[in-house]
Amino acid sequence: MLLPDAEQLLAGLIERLRPVITTDTVIVGIHTGGVWLARRIHDALHLSMPIGMLDISFYRDDYSKIGLHPQVRPSELPFSIEDRKILLVDDVLFTGRTVRAAVNELFDYGRPACIHLAVLVDRGGRELPISPQYTGAELSLPGNSMLELKQNENDRLSLELHLSNIKNDA
Amino acid sequence: MSRHPQLNASGELRHLLTTEGLSATILQQILDTAESFVGVTERDVKKIPLLRGKSVFNLFFEPSTRTRTTFEIAAKRLSADVINLNMAVSSQTKGETLLDTVNNLAAMHADIFVVRHNLSGAAHLIARHVRPEIHVINAGDGWHAHPTQALLDMFTIRRYKQDFHALRVAIVGDVLHSRVARSQIHALTTLGVPEIRVIAPKTLLPAKIERLGVHVYHDMSQGLKDVDVLMMLRLQHERMQSAHLPSSEEYFKYYGLTPHKLALAKADAIVLHPGPMNRGVEIDSDVADGPQSVILPQVNFGIAVRMAVMSILAGAQS
Repeated sequence: MLLPDAEQLLAGLIERLRPVITTDTVIVGIHTGGVWLARRIHDALHLSMPIGMLDISFYRDDYSKIGLHPQVRPSELPFSIEDRKILLVDDVLFTGRTVRAAVNELFDYGRPACIHLAVLVDRGGRELPISPQYTGAELSLPGNSMLELKQNENDRLSLELHLSNIKNDA
Repeated sequence: MSRHPQLNASGELRHLLTTEGLSATILQQILDTAESFVGVTERDVKKIPLLRGKSVFNLFFEPSTRTRTTFEIAAKRLSADVINLNMAVSSQTKGETLLDTVNNLAAMHADIFVVRHNLSGAAHLIARHVRPEIHVINAGDGWHAHPTQALLDMFTIRRYKQDFHALRVAIVGDVLHSRVARSQIHALTTLGVPEIRVIAPKTLLPAKIERLGVHVYHDMSQGLKDVDVLMMLRLQHERMQSAHLPSSEEYFKYYGLTPHKLALAKADAIVLHPGPMNRGVEIDSDVADGPQSVILPQVNFGIAVRMAVMSILAGAQS
């Protein structure tokens, strides 16, 4: 199937965010794709606060089934999140389990004023009551496929679809 | 029994008994994971839900407040339930065998046993007998091994020196009775340290220690020359009473780390000690509290490393 151009989706997403993101909002990306997007949104909107990065490996609900991800990166939130408006960014929203884990982790750093969710692609298939506020595109994809965001050496983003038995939910 | 009782069929770590025979990949995986846990220990809520609902049993057949406490903190920060058993004064004195004790505790649905024992091989024995879904961590057995201490030392070295392949490391003190030294030597070798020295009087060195690939020195002035990392060992008091040493004063004179002796090492050399320190015996207070000492950071890293080990083991499939 023909996938949309990730760069175009990101440009559209940034334009949707431009009027609503205020200077006191902080952007937090979920490793790995979400961090790429957070960085691009941060630069495009000229925000002063640094971006935050979350690796949700320690909060996954499938740890007892598949163990610890071999490459856990440290989460970095270089600001207090107490009473802060947070824009959480991820590449692909599917079951909602990753976002659930990310929200849990954020609350272990403090109590934010609010958390909004921006995703590049919402592919449906939710297993939890989670809904994004800002979306680049909605796609309908076969349940056993995996949609992945890639970044090349020039920082250009693209989407790839793998048809396989998915193990990791997005 | 397989040659590596620590690994499961897919080569993942399921028990941590010794650093001997573990690949560089596994050692680095533990150190990398620990790096993420250092971040957890620095934030407001120092707790993550990874081991929620799991039970960690601290089985200490030999007293050790410090090591037991760091395992307890590590397990609690992973949200596990921790049960501390002072085995020295419990069923062992009533004549129950080690394996009966362990079977009893396993029947209480333990997930991880942290074992400290004065006999070498105790943790291995337990690991061989428990059900496959139970994981065993050796917290020190006799003179044999103390892998989590060695791993936290490796983590500390990596934090300050980055590349293991360019280091000259000296291990100083009672190597003969030290499970820490053995675990350190295996880990340093596997991680690619090109030159490992041991510095000690002849009476405190095991025979044929050179077979481990280390260079032996009996004189600090030669052994410490141009060293990047100094790993001090604790001198146990009971060695004084035996024939190993004339007196602690004399030991300090020749092998105690003073600022004067430390000056022989590289200017940016770091000093490690597993604790508890004997000030004025193996280390001078001016060094222990000085700018090159990384002894207190070691304690914090020890928690992160133990969190990493527990979460890797508990995630391994039986």
